[in-house]
Amino acid sequence: MWWRSASFILDKPDKDDAVSSPESRLITSPPLSMADTLQNPNPNNISAYYQTRAAHHGVVTSDWLAQAQAAAEKEEVTSESSLDSGKAFSVIDEFNNWRKQPDLAEAVAAIRALAKVISSSEATTMMELEIELKTASDSLKAWDTTSISLTAGCDLFMRYVTRTSALEYEDFNSAKSRLLERAEKFGEISYKARRIIAMLSQDFIVDGCTILVHGFSRVVLEVLKAAAESRKLFRVFCTEGRPDRTGLRLSNELAKLDVPVKLLLDSAVAYSMDEIDMVFVGADGVVESGGIINMMGTYQIALVAKSMNKPVYVAAESYKFARLYPLDQKDMVPALRPIDFGVPIPSKVEVETSARDYTPPQYLTLLFTDLGVLTPSVVSDELIQLYL
Amino acid sequence: MDPTRRISRVIDPKIRHVGFFAPQSQPGPSESPVMIPLPDITRAIQVPVGDFYHRRSDYDVVRVGSYDPSDSMSSRNGDGEFSEDSGIWKLPMSLPSNGLDKLAARNFPFGAKKSPHDEKGDSPAQMSMKSVLNPSKEKTTKAERRALQEAQRAAKAAGKVSKAERKMSSAAATGKEASVQIGEVVKNSRQKKDVLMASFEKTIGNRPPEKDRKKDVPPSRMQFDDKSRVDKAKKHSVVKQVEARNRVDYFMHLPQYERGTQHPDLETKFFQLNHIHPAVYKVGLQYLAGDITGGNSRCIAMLKAFQKAIEDYSAPLERTVNRDLIAKINSYVSFLIECRPLSVSMGNAIRFLKAHVTKLPPEITVSEAKASISSNIDRFITEKIVLADRTIVKHAVKKIRDGDVLLTYGSSSVVEMILLQAHELGIRFRVVVVDSRPKLEGQALIRRLVRNGVSCTYTHINAISYIMHEITRVFLGAASVLSNGTVYSRVGTASVAMVAHELRVPVMICCEAYKFHERVQLDSICCNELGDPRAITMVPGEVDIQYLDDSVKNNGLQHLNLLYDATPSDYISVIITDYGMIPASSVPVILREYGGEYLFT
Repeated sequence: MWWRSASFILDKPDKDDAVSSPESRLITSPPLSMADTLQNPNPNNISAYYQTRAAHHGVVTSDWLAQAQAAAEKEEVTSESSLDSGKAFSVIDEFNNWRKQPDLAEAVAAIRALAKVISSSEATTMMELEIELKTASDSLKAWDTTSISLTAGCDLFMRYVTRTSALEYEDFNSAKSRLLERAEKFGEISYKARRIIAMLSQDFIVDGCTILVHGFSRVVLEVLKAAAESRKLFRVFCTEGRPDRTGLRLSNELAKLDVPVKLLLDSAVAYSMDEIDMVFVGADGVVESGGIINMMGTYQIALVAKSMNKPVYVAAESYKFARLYPLDQKDMVPALRPIDFGVPIPSKVEVETSARDYTPPQYLTLLFTDLGVLTPSVVSDELIQLYL
Repeated sequence: MDPTRRISRVIDPKIRHVGFFAPQSQPGPSESPVMIPLPDITRAIQVPVGDFYHRRSDYDVVRVGSYDPSDSMSSRNGDGEFSEDSGIWKLPMSLPSNGLDKLAARNFPFGAKKSPHDEKGDSPAQMSMKSVLNPSKEKTTKAERRALQEAQRAAKAAGKVSKAERKMSSAAATGKEASVQIGEVVKNSRQKKDVLMASFEKTIGNRPPEKDRKKDVPPSRMQFDDKSRVDKAKKHSVVKQVEARNRVDYFMHLPQYERGTQHPDLETKFFQLNHIHPAVYKVGLQYLAGDITGGNSRCIAMLKAFQKAIEDYSAPLERTVNRDLIAKINSYVSFLIECRPLSVSMGNAIRFLKAHVTKLPPEITVSEAKASISSNIDRFITEKIVLADRTIVKHAVKKIRDGDVLLTYGSSSVVEMILLQAHELGIRFRVVVVDSRPKLEGQALIRRLVRNGVSCTYTHINAISYIMHEITRVFLGAASVLSNGTVYSRVGTASVAMVAHELRVPVMICCEAYKFHERVQLDSICCNELGDPRAITMVPGEVDIQYLDDSVKNNGLQHLNLLYDATPSDYISVIITDYGMIPASSVPVILREYGGEYLFT
């Protein structure tokens, strides 16, 4: 999978990328709010993944802040206890450190944290190291079960790093250094993935087109940014992305790039679908069937687009490929998040707090990944090749 | 060269059997009777260009294995002439099959019984004779001479089939004389011609197939509307099959036999069938009687029987072990096919077994070979069936939640295991077992489920659209999954899947990966199995309501009792195999990655 990465597409403009990317990161990184200092895998099933997303990309409301702070206090207690049981070095701490960078995907953070596990390991045999790595990745996965990319990233890392001849080296140190080398490379590829996807998808954005974007996705932003940089003329419709209003954030970013943007209510998608030429969404996870799991509302947008014969493109890095097979919307680990309605809700009223939905493959047109531009059915091909 | 030749070229394809059919009524010294070999396709492309080299080389190839007297006879004409002619004769029949051949095949299934009113279906011999008789031609061309000889030889054969052919070939030397003779023969009557045709068949049919060519030919499925092959197969068959009286038109290519006669017949033959091992014989009888059904159990029974047969095997003196074993296995398999057509699962298991046997090193001792084969059969059963089922159950159970209403159709062993396992795990769910006549396999399933305390509903397939509204998951078994994602399963599965798909209920197919097959099938007609036709109208225990029996006898009412159908991949949400849960579009991936080599090592 990884050696077939379409990273060649980066080969030419590699130089100026290296210069521009730190800059862009500087621009995009928001003022670090206090909410992201310590995230919380809350006992009452609040999804840490979506909390992070909201903190990084959302427009933070006071209500949400208060909740997050309350949660953070609780978290400190729990994390301390876990620290005691562990050794001096904790993967989760490492992971959290990496995760604070808003531009770094969760999976990449996990990969870096795991790489750190290898380098700081005191194991003396390969077996020991492998077991150590395994427990580290398991604890990472258990830390947030709702994050698909975290799980998939850990799995992929284990697969990529350990399922090689590296383990057969005679000398432990050379084997270890080889593992580290692979880990570095893996992290690098994962980091580059977004850039590759942006390059691959340029052919699909043509002058004069109107693109509907849902929520805030770093990949999609990268794609649009690349298109704007190559002086393409296009229009973007952003949905609001309730409840954390990630769409507002995206429209903000696009306005900075001088791209014409229009904000829509989440419920105005069908109304404006007529004007739209393509739908561009990111993904939290790409599942075995070729469908995607993404922020709530993606499914209905895909349904509307399908019924109006508009293409739905998904931009997703390959570390989001997961061996899951949801059959319907409820067939997933629930990822919940608080929703601020602005007014108090009577306790008798139930609130649907699920943060994500599943879009079946028949509603998707193409997936832009760092492995290339894939049809949904190829995803399973890649997964089978990777995991079996 | 001249008009006659062109005419014959145009007309020939219509009367020749192309595609699945052996070139029965082919008078030319051209083909083996087996079927059209693969290399011929390339030749068919090359020949029309007029490349003489190719034609000649064809001829050489043909002659090697040819005992047809006409060959030795015609070779006198000189090589150049003959090769050209033979090229023309065989050119049309190696063309790829077109729509016409099916028509021709139906109208003209067998030379001897050729319907006289069929105008298109003139045999090449008749055509050539017509051309000979045509008064407009004075000068005899090469083609005419050739045709003449053909026709003449046939005429002789018709008159005195058993008499010496030496004489005839000497008479053939003088062409003019022969033409007169033939003119008489043809004028005689239509009937004579038919006899003539029969004699052609005989001379050509007797020719043994060329061995090296046979290897290139992909094994084709037996088409039961191809009479000659059926007859040939019958000659070697052990089970006496009587063809059903009112055979269903669309399904003539499938075996349709009278039921109930084979079993007693085969029982009496027990002591005559020395070459069939008793274990295999027993399994065959069980297939025939319908005592063993279901892909897995049939496959396991067959493998166990083979295992026993191989344990009792004693090596011959002069042959190598694996060759002899392959021959043995082949004879067993053909016996089993006669009892009941193979399922895909059995076919794959046989492929596995044969691949293993051929891979045995030649210097291996008999006891070692036996032990190795036996252990491999055991391994196949545990890995591909038992453990695979366990993995499937593990995956499928995850998809059952509290409060689910599951639906299953017929009786699948894996689905049963899934339901029981889920019940054991304490998941609260309800099962709707949908069943259909005439097999009513669901009754046995529901009995076992109820005995284990699963709460069940039983209904017939007629109520499927009503019951589907309350269903949350559909679990189905499969006889085979084909590479385009089509699921080949018990008849009725497609309807269930369609209704479920229409109402957006996920359809989950549970199928072990060893039942996957590279074939692509678009409908349930081209490849299927037919059950006892009487089973449709018969109601067990009720003799006085057999209304339709009279119509069968008097009006030729045809009963179609299909056993399988093909479910299109669109209706399938997920296929659960031992490699995990995959979409139907990923079946070829599994076949590519784990089929072939992986399965058969």
